[in-house]
Amino acid sequence: MMSVFIAFISGLIFAVGLVVSGMTNPEVVKGFLDILGDWNPALVFVMGGAVGVNFFTFKFLEKRKPMCAPAHFLPDNKDIDRKLAFGSVMFGLGWGLLGVCPGPGLVNLVTLQSGALLFVGSMLAGMFAFKLWTKP
Amino acid sequence: MENYWMPLLGGVLIGLSSSTMLGGLGRITGISGILGVSLSKPSRENNWRYAFLAGLIGGGALLLFLKPGYFDYSLDYPIWQIIGAGLLVGFGTRLGSGCTSGHGVCGLARTSGRSLVATVLFILSGMLMVAVRGIFS
Repeated sequence: MMSVFIAFISGLIFAVGLVVSGMTNPEVVKGFLDILGDWNPALVFVMGGAVGVNFFTFKFLEKRKPMCAPAHFLPDNKDIDRKLAFGSVMFGLGWGLLGVCPGPGLVNLVTLQSGALLFVGSMLAGMFAFKLWTKP
Repeated sequence: MENYWMPLLGGVLIGLSSSTMLGGLGRITGISGILGVSLSKPSRENNWRYAFLAGLIGGGALLLFLKPGYFDYSLDYPIWQIIGAGLLVGFGTRLGSGCTSGHGVCGLARTSGRSLVATVLFILSGMLMVAVRGIFS
């Protein structure tokens, strides 16, 4: 029960961070990716702030048992393989096409704009296609 | 510089949120993973995932209510562009095991080699897409 509460509050703070930083606006994100045009460095500050905090807190937290779990669930895969590379390139192309990644896509649902609903619907379809594709 | 305090503050909040997830649940805050795994049939195992996603939407709704000015932008893009982007983002993040949050915000902080490669690749290919579209528009 406690873990559900913590996850809910974390989701809430995450969304507030995305919105106040401007990352839910696709034009701000595309402005960062537009290095040949009118470059907008906002995303550098968002990433810098987030990674800057986590770099220190994660080191500390990874040494301690989590509050609501017997141990950490950390990825142990170290392979830099074709799946990682192709997947990241595909994601990047889609990200650059619209300027929306999964977090901001979900948060934008609250605007009830048809573009937000269509994006999340298509993203879920893409995730579902991956699930079918990997099924043996 | 003045304009970058809010992005920095937002970034710090995102950091605090993912730190809370690691300290509380021992989990990496990877939104594409949380969403992708939630697509399987409902289970108690996934309760924290549903709760995180509900919080994400709830946080957006809260700000829309308190400060609607933050959402003063349009998502009115051509339909093919939205569908194409959604499909690529959905499939790509699952194939590459992460997005801006899992690989970027959390993976980079953990100095994961996989996440560094993923982040460099998705930023470069995003830049490529924007550049190519700039040439043809």
